[in-house]
Amino acid sequence: MDDIVLLEAVERYLRGEMSPEEKAFFEGLRKKDPEVDQLVVEHTYFLQGLETFGTTKAFKHNLQEVEDKLIEEGLIGQSQLKGTAKLLFLWKKYQRNIAVAASIAGFISLLAASVMVTYTKKYSNENYRVLVDQLNKTNREVSKLKSKEIGGVLVNEKPEVDFRATGFLIDGKGYLVTNAHVISKRKNIYIENRKGDFYRAEALYTDQDVDLAILKITDTAFKTVTNLPYSIKKGNSDLGEQFFTLGFPRNEIVYGEGYLSAKSGNDGDSTAYQLTVSANPGNSGGPVINRNGEIIGIITAKDSKADGVVYAAKSKNIINLLEKLKKLDDKYQVIKIPSNSDLKGLDRVQQVKKMEEFVFMVVGN
Amino acid sequence: MVNTTEHEQILLKGLAQNDKNSIESIYRENYTSIQSFVLNNNGSVDDARDIFQEAMIVLYEKSGLATFSLNCQIKTYLYSICRRLWLKRLQQLGRFSTQLEILEEIVPVEEEIVDHEKKNEDFILMEHAMGKIGEPCKSLLDAYYLQKKNMQEIAGEFGYTNADNAKTQKYKCLVRLKKLFFAQYKNT
Repeated sequence: MDDIVLLEAVERYLRGEMSPEEKAFFEGLRKKDPEVDQLVVEHTYFLQGLETFGTTKAFKHNLQEVEDKLIEEGLIGQSQLKGTAKLLFLWKKYQRNIAVAASIAGFISLLAASVMVTYTKKYSNENYRVLVDQLNKTNREVSKLKSKEIGGVLVNEKPEVDFRATGFLIDGKGYLVTNAHVISKRKNIYIENRKGDFYRAEALYTDQDVDLAILKITDTAFKTVTNLPYSIKKGNSDLGEQFFTLGFPRNEIVYGEGYLSAKSGNDGDSTAYQLTVSANPGNSGGPVINRNGEIIGIITAKDSKADGVVYAAKSKNIINLLEKLKKLDDKYQVIKIPSNSDLKGLDRVQQVKKMEEFVFMVVGN
Repeated sequence: MVNTTEHEQILLKGLAQNDKNSIESIYRENYTSIQSFVLNNNGSVDDARDIFQEAMIVLYEKSGLATFSLNCQIKTYLYSICRRLWLKRLQQLGRFSTQLEILEEIVPVEEEIVDHEKKNEDFILMEHAMGKIGEPCKSLLDAYYLQKKNMQEIAGEFGYTNADNAKTQKYKCLVRLKKLFFAQYKNT
């Protein structure tokens, strides 16, 4: 049938302009021919879109006219408060950096204090061996830190890192997820494993709205791993669901546990959950795993004023992001997220053991 | 004297019909408080204008639905929408702050915003597609589908010899527009 004749028929049908016989005939045709049926559905959607476009455009036009009138009158545009707002903005903008600086300072002074305590103990405590061991350990930590600063032996690149967060594999070929805020405006991104090896990585896709990013390790030195033990949950999780987290608030992996306290994030954000768990700078991008070994979320932020109020992006956002990425470029069709969890039924310690090697530090500058 | 709810019902009905006086009244009654909210939370007057316009569009979209009912005052509704939109905007700009103080009552508006974003995407796609089809297609489709003129009128206006020719041309244009529209759809 001629396309145009068919389109006209569809429009008359939708507007109810057909005679009863014609309508019966057309409906019969819809039933028999799925293509005609599809065309009717598609055209209905399209015409609605066109209609909405027209009315919205007319409405926007009127809005603009009203606005122009009110600007002229002076109702819109009085901005006495702007000065304060600017200052407040600057304070809020730098507040986070100040907090980070403060926490680094805190960390360093604590480290120094523990070294001092060790030395004091060395002289006052009789259990000398153990203390030497501790001291050496401390030294190793310190030298490790130093080697990172100047580019130690383990590092093929020589990254000078000025931030640390968490990321985890979603595909053993080197695809990871972390937060968008972790990597935005960064020049270099590295993934650091437990042994202290660095791998260069790049961001393939970031979404500021849900605050997630997909990274790919680009270093050839990275060896593909097979069979990630956890899966990524596609649906929503329930209030009260218990979970554990893994992340790097320190230079070492840290375990945490908590429960899901609200089904939406900050200010009703439906793309996130509110969690009750302890989280600190460095936990960003860390996985939130339920007892079946499914990743249900990704830690993104915490409330600076309320205790233990932490926000996490919902795991289904990962799937959405991947879909968008695959649409951008067919070559990403190779990304396959794990759909089955091997962690089900294991006790927590075993779950963490199996999982921790796939959770990485995300560092860089 | 009409009471508040009656007054608001009239405004909402007017809004649904794109009535300029209703739009103006809603602006007069609500814009200033939204502007101070945005200014107090890292925004500028321009931000406030944008956010308020968008919130008005959300309310307009909602007011046109057959199932429409507003369970709160217009003021509360607009404030809730603006608050949510502004928070989102702040996040996008990386000026995120968790400390947006709640000064007024708010109602949940997440669903509306999701709906609105979907509609807005379609609006932008349609605008692009319309921008690409060129003339006389654009005006032809505008006259028929948006201004609801009949084919006879259109034929006369555009200089077609008869309504049937105009109609054939209109369908050809429509097919092109549709292709452009759905092609972009697949790319997003």
